[in-house]
Amino acid sequence: MFQSLGKYILLLGLSFKRPEKFKVYWAEVMREMVSVGIGSLGIISIISIFIGAATTIQVAFQLASPLVPLSIAGKISRDSNILEFSPTISSLVLAGRVGSNFASNIGTMRVTEQIDALEIMGVNAPGYLIAPKILASITMVPLLVIISITLGITGGYIACLAGSEITPSDYIAGVVDGFDGLTIRVALVKATVFGFLIASICSYQGFYTSGGALEVGQSATRGVVYSCVMILFADLVITRLML
Amino acid sequence: MIEIKDIYKTFGDNEVLKGISATFQTGKNNLIIGGSGSGKTTLLKCIVGLHEPTKGKVFFENENFTDMDFTARVPIRTQIGMLFQNSALFDSMTVEENIMFPLNLFTNQSIAEKRDRANFCLERVNLKDKNKLYPAELSGGMKKRVGIARAISMQPKFLFVDEPNSGLDPKTSILIDELIADLTVEYDMTTVVVTHDMNSVMGIGDHIIFLHQGQKWWEGSNKEIAKTDNKELNDFVFASKFMQAAREKL
Repeated sequence: MFQSLGKYILLLGLSFKRPEKFKVYWAEVMREMVSVGIGSLGIISIISIFIGAATTIQVAFQLASPLVPLSIAGKISRDSNILEFSPTISSLVLAGRVGSNFASNIGTMRVTEQIDALEIMGVNAPGYLIAPKILASITMVPLLVIISITLGITGGYIACLAGSEITPSDYIAGVVDGFDGLTIRVALVKATVFGFLIASICSYQGFYTSGGALEVGQSATRGVVYSCVMILFADLVITRLML
Repeated sequence: MIEIKDIYKTFGDNEVLKGISATFQTGKNNLIIGGSGSGKTTLLKCIVGLHEPTKGKVFFENENFTDMDFTARVPIRTQIGMLFQNSALFDSMTVEENIMFPLNLFTNQSIAEKRDRANFCLERVNLKDKNKLYPAELSGGMKKRVGIARAISMQPKFLFVDEPNSGLDPKTSILIDELIADLTVEYDMTTVVVTHDMNSVMGIGDHIIFLHQGQKWWEGSNKEIAKTDNKELNDFVFASKFMQAAREKL
């Protein structure tokens, strides 16, 4: 385990060495940003709307008491979306979608000698392959989380329009009541850290793949599993530290 | 010229290379031959720096390549072209982008100049008008030729080729061999080819080293190979009845 941790840290160090040509690397960052951001927008939108709607209905159902104002369901739904569902659930989904892609992409390049070809040319392979993925993830995952928060809250509103547990006006009143900017900051910190973990762990697994197609699949699986576990661990640590 | 001195390579308890020394002359096709598991590809990877030798040194034009760090090796690496066994073309790039890739990173040429160079290299390997295709759309022989075009795009001084004929039909194999031999003369390169294809050995083997059980077992030219009395080399080269019959006619 310590040996793997050491290799992971060394690989990160190599990834952020000075690039041979900034322009070429920048183009790669842009390409990865499109892949991570635009490519994940559909799945993140669907998940966020449904989770936002379901959370609102369940909270309203559990708080069905004359002693509790119904607007509280909007407030709980908002904070749950901002603090937990949007950053964490979205990142777990992104670990599956983006992380497995990173690991299998780099792993395939390893087993088909494309990484060797880069090294022969004098290219710093970790820098060219991993740094753009990390940079793209730490910029696009927070953006996706902001979109997810917006859509999650919108999903709750749609659930109020379609159901009878809580009226849309009560929901909106709850959403705007007692809003604290800290929750958004916590969500963005989580998203940035999770983005880094997804890209770095999955790239690491892909980079040290050896064998053939079977091992590429195993690397992708390991990358997703390890990044999911680390996301949950980091979620707890950040929550403990910031709230 | 490339010089290797007393190269050893060990993986765990498995000693793959056991003290190999050789000199590869400029302008010659230097072939490394041997049976499966004899250490040919490991030796090639030690020479180009993909593996670090456990012991021994590699010199490119008398410069000690083995003791250099990654950054110090870059100027030499930009003079190296390599064709991999499976071509190792970048899947996400077109043929033209593959060839332009090293030019993008290591030259300050304009896009037009780089495109001209890519087209020249493609024409040189008889693949004109294939610029916009992706590697997945090419046949095995075409991939090899694109690999060669990418390898020569920077006008290298050293060309390394790993199993250029694997997976190719005999006619295409001969075309690839001839292309490698022609380019060696044209660019005055030091070419090192790892192969176990006997057509290549007899066709382009200016200088051959035969590896057996991780050691250099024999060294000579394609003209000398038919007359050798080295048992292991004879067993390897004249393994087939066809080759035995061909030898008797020589």
